[in-house]
Amino acid sequence: MLKIKDLKAQVEDNQILKGINLEINAGEVHAIMGPNGSGKSTLSSVIAGREDYEVTDGAIDFDGEDLLDLDPEERAHKGIFLSFQYPVEIPGVTVSNFIKTAINESRKGRDEEPMEAREMLAKMREKSALLEMDKSYLSRSLNEGFSGGEKKRNEIFQMAMLEPKLAILDETDSGLDIDALRIVANGVNKLRSKNNAVVVITHYQRLLDYIKPDFVHVLYQGRIVKSGGPELAHELEERGYDWIKAENT
Amino acid sequence: MTDLAQDLLSSFLVAESQLNGSRNLGVVSLRKKAMDRFEQQGFPTTRDEEWKYTNLKPVLKQDYRILLKGDDAVSFADIKKYLLSDLDTYKLVFINGKYSSWLSESTHQSFDICTFAAALNKYPDVIGNYLGKAAPEGTTFVDLNTAFADDGAFVRIKRNQTVDKPIEILYLTTDENGPAFAQNRNLVIVEQNAEVQIVERHQNIGAQPNFTNFVSEVFAAIDARVSYYKVQNDALHASLVDNTHVVQERGSNVHVGTYSFGGKLVRNNLHFYADGEHTESHMDGVTIINDGQTVDHHTLVDHREPNCYSRELYKGIYLGNSHGVFNGKVMVRQKAQKTNAFQQNDNILLSKRAKVDTKPQLEIFADDVKCSHGCTIGQLDKNALFYLRSRGIPKKEAEGLMTYAFASDALEYVKIPQLEKRLNRVIADKLGINLEFAL
Repeated sequence: MLKIKDLKAQVEDNQILKGINLEINAGEVHAIMGPNGSGKSTLSSVIAGREDYEVTDGAIDFDGEDLLDLDPEERAHKGIFLSFQYPVEIPGVTVSNFIKTAINESRKGRDEEPMEAREMLAKMREKSALLEMDKSYLSRSLNEGFSGGEKKRNEIFQMAMLEPKLAILDETDSGLDIDALRIVANGVNKLRSKNNAVVVITHYQRLLDYIKPDFVHVLYQGRIVKSGGPELAHELEERGYDWIKAENT
Repeated sequence: MTDLAQDLLSSFLVAESQLNGSRNLGVVSLRKKAMDRFEQQGFPTTRDEEWKYTNLKPVLKQDYRILLKGDDAVSFADIKKYLLSDLDTYKLVFINGKYSSWLSESTHQSFDICTFAAALNKYPDVIGNYLGKAAPEGTTFVDLNTAFADDGAFVRIKRNQTVDKPIEILYLTTDENGPAFAQNRNLVIVEQNAEVQIVERHQNIGAQPNFTNFVSEVFAAIDARVSYYKVQNDALHASLVDNTHVVQERGSNVHVGTYSFGGKLVRNNLHFYADGEHTESHMDGVTIINDGQTVDHHTLVDHREPNCYSRELYKGIYLGNSHGVFNGKVMVRQKAQKTNAFQQNDNILLSKRAKVDTKPQLEIFADDVKCSHGCTIGQLDKNALFYLRSRGIPKKEAEGLMTYAFASDALEYVKIPQLEKRLNRVIADKLGINLEFAL
């Protein structure tokens, strides 16, 4: 589904990604771990198409198409979703209007008819219930005055509504208490299928107890320096990142 | 003296005898004095502090016809789109300054919704008591208007009356006169505990670069409630100087909303005089303009009595090489203790060539007051834009959605749903987005 080949990217003149290689297939869950500043968020931003990052080399192929040529919205239309580490507050736009616009613009981008109002409403009800969100969420301004946990739940709610092929969860566990973590993870697990894939970016093992990865990668200084199965996450939890740093200096 | 000033002086001499209200000696003398003051003062230039950011020269150098002819060729079909067609309203329609009785729907039943010219003859005492009492003498455009305006809307709502439907006042200009200099005047008297809603619009339906100098005087008596909406979406070759002056007595609540989308040069002078305790003065507006347009909001709230509240919120969105001006003055007199005054002017520049001059001014002479003011000038937040785009919303729509959200809280006080819907549609249209999210 997603093939990243020798990807290099920089912000201004600061090289952050120094040659990433990664392949993700449908049905898989990948975890990307690593110490602060290793390039995890940069990688997710580059996949989603944030313009602040300049890709200097390499390629990202998504379902046979070169992703780097596409605008962020076009990538979303193809089925890429990024759950933000810091979701943005947008006063004056309600959650329901926002998600309606997002869904129908995505459909338009794929030459599909807009979703029927009734279907939209039913889906919103179902997905907000899945994330144990109160109905009043839908009529609140997007992320405005939301607690950290509410913002993250709202991200997964959007993911549930948009049904992406590839969901990248960037530090979705940060700022969540244990109950919220369970709800969010449960939401993600319910959305998993053999047709979609999830990338979980995190510092800690904690979230991976709930969203079980098939593969774990360690990102350090802009490169994936180690890959393995779920046991790698446990090892990192026990030993920290120092040994990774030591091995790679 | 400019050519236009000279034309005005000679036209005044010609017109003096023909002007309506010639039987009303008070009005005649008011006009003469106003014209004398204009002759002394002439037009303001950018050297005047009040006109520092808005250059009138391009508008004033045009040759205008001053004494205008009406235009009988205008039909209801021509003006329908400028009215709230899905709403039953009283209507006062003027074409080139002349009242069009057959396009209008006036009344003298429970309240007077008629023409200023009719009221001059019918209620000379009322006119004598109110005319020129709100709009200050000595300002060029008010003086000029006093000298020339012989018609306009007259609205008088008697004590305890609530007008059953909104009043639409539509001033049209056509090509009938070549370039026209139109001057009309509203007089709105809302007596004790009475209530009214007014929607006003100036519209050039021809191709000439018509210029309008307009005065509105509003008197809100004890506990009166007034909503006054100014829809400014005129042709791009039309210009307007609007002078709206509101006098409020105890406990009255007046809202003036100004929605500026059109016109080449639009200057709004909006003044509130809080002359009684416990008044509420609301003024807000949305401005969205593009290439070649200037909109200038000059506001004044004069708190003269204690325990009053004023709220001022202006949002501006500037595209192309447009130019916005905001100058908001809040005056709190020594006597006006416990004044609560809020003022905010927020602007977004969507183009590198757009420009905004914003100047909040507070003059406070009382010591126990709560006054806040602020202004911002910015661009759309890049993070927020990326957030929306990453959800599949294309760049243009994302910008529109954010800009729309930015503007929309200045529409919160619009009490006529049809008008709110219309304004939303105009805003969406100006921002080039579809409206689905706004409904």
